[in-house]
Amino acid sequence: MNDTVLDVRNLRTRFGPARGGITAVDGVSLTLRRGRTTALVGESGSGKSVTALSIMRLIEPPGRIVDGEVLLDGQDLMRADERAMERIRGARIGMVFQDPLTSLNPALTIGSQIAETILAHETIGNAEAFARGVRLLEHVGVADAAQRARDYPHHFSGGMRQRALIAAAIACRPEIIIADEPTTALDVTVQAKILRLLHDLQQEMHASLLLITHDLGVVAAMADDVLVMYAGRVVERADVDTLFHAPKHPYTRALLACIAGVEDDRHAKLEPIGGAPPDLRNPPAGCRFAPRCQWADAACRATDPALRRVGPGQDVACIRVAEALVDA
Amino acid sequence: MDASVQPPADSAAKPFRLRWWRLTAFARDRGAVVAGVVLLAITAGAIFAPWLSPHGPYEADNLLRFAPPGTDGYLLGTDQQGRDMVARLLWGGRVSLAVGVVPTLCASAIGLFLGMLAGYARGIVDQVIMRTLDVLFAFPMVLLAIAIAGVLTPGVGTEILSITIVLIPYVGRLARTATLGVVSMPYIEAARAAGGTPLAIMLRYVLPNVFSPIIVYATTLMGLMIVVGSGLSFLGLGVQPPMADWGAMVSDGRVVLRRAPHVTVLPGALILIASLAFNFIGDGLRDALDPRAGRR
Repeated sequence: MNDTVLDVRNLRTRFGPARGGITAVDGVSLTLRRGRTTALVGESGSGKSVTALSIMRLIEPPGRIVDGEVLLDGQDLMRADERAMERIRGARIGMVFQDPLTSLNPALTIGSQIAETILAHETIGNAEAFARGVRLLEHVGVADAAQRARDYPHHFSGGMRQRALIAAAIACRPEIIIADEPTTALDVTVQAKILRLLHDLQQEMHASLLLITHDLGVVAAMADDVLVMYAGRVVERADVDTLFHAPKHPYTRALLACIAGVEDDRHAKLEPIGGAPPDLRNPPAGCRFAPRCQWADAACRATDPALRRVGPGQDVACIRVAEALVDA
Repeated sequence: MDASVQPPADSAAKPFRLRWWRLTAFARDRGAVVAGVVLLAITAGAIFAPWLSPHGPYEADNLLRFAPPGTDGYLLGTDQQGRDMVARLLWGGRVSLAVGVVPTLCASAIGLFLGMLAGYARGIVDQVIMRTLDVLFAFPMVLLAIAIAGVLTPGVGTEILSITIVLIPYVGRLARTATLGVVSMPYIEAARAAGGTPLAIMLRYVLPNVFSPIIVYATTLMGLMIVVGSGLSFLGLGVQPPMADWGAMVSDGRVVLRRAPHVTVLPGALILIASLAFNFIGDGLRDALDPRAGRR
């Protein structure tokens, strides 16, 4: 059974000069499978968005992708020419961005913008593309779509704008949808609706969804597989149940300890993670989480841990996984 | 508004549309409306000069030199050669308006193209275009126009060409700055993520968003260029006698300013009124073209 749609291997993206620059994404590997949702979790600056943009080959100078393969049905996107990428972006990989206001062109009507995506990939008439845009808007739950399609983005509320962006992202029925913090800029009540919509669309199209978020609640609700990123690296990879019930990497466990549960004793203390993420211009030797890790020892600071299989479908980048677990 | 299901066929086609509420927004700006009416009147006068004017512009009545306004048969009087001022002003308006509008439009089109290219492509393309424009920029506007007009044969064509060249760096730089601002917006990244080609992104995403500042700037420039064109004529580098634009008329009349002030004041007033009108319209357009203005 090979339902792998996208296979990212050892992706490395750097910004700035060869010396003194930073490696924002440092050897990330991930696999997206048909009909499944993969969440990419991590703090701000951990390299989640850069990973997504690298997959789309949308990294602008001074950034550049220095290594790795991104295999879409066996075709390495890192070797594809720009023309080929233009045919893939929007058609085979759709992307939803974080800020729905600034991600829409203020000078075009909503309907025209969705039509624009369709016209970039299919030879159909303007009117037909626009009519399809209207149907897509209807499909993503915009009431009165025929009329709203002629409105400008500033006439739309935040949630509506995100629906419009999603409509544009799925306009060509992509195999992969990348959603980069799709709900971060929205109200909590709207967040749930947008997530529900993304989930339903993904199921319906049997597409693969790469969901980038820092919100573990969103992960629990949406994801099948989870990757936890820290300082440009994947530190833990597992299916969602394993990750929440048996997290192994100290960073993952610290992240989970930061969440306030509704059912928790209200006097229970949330535990922030001490310290700050490392300066990527000058990353610590060895494990990058070591300076903030309560189990770190000299070996951790000397050895750069690789992802290792620790259980069924669970990989962790920590050399002291066994000991740390005992303490927990 | 009706909820017609069938969208208009061209909804997705045009990058820039003057929508009805933009016109309403413009109409609410009283200064702009008045300015528009004034300009329309001046333009109509220039276009229909042969039918409106009771005399020809070169038709001289040597017995009636410096007739004051109100003289029988000469509503605004005559100039130093006894030519009808009404005719001179109407025909002169043709040249002055052409010199204000044509070079500004040409320079806007060229400057917009160069500026967008520079701002979008960046790198070496940007450097070559902008450094070339900087060379033109290094000279004062009027001095450069004088230099170009002085090298070529004086005449209306030369005047238009020289003003066009002078204006390109101004529009180009504004277009580049506006493009840089637009290109950094997330919607450009979103457009690329949706598979847009550079050409499509330039035409559908960058152009509509830099168009408003350019159109406003160009309108304001039109007024200024009437003044510059008049200046060139004043210096003898623009239109050649007996043809005259308003600037040349001011120039001719200034020696007899005390004896017959109307020969100088009337064309001078028209220069002022026309350039003010262009400025007012530019302001009105700026407010009206903001897609966030108006409706709701």
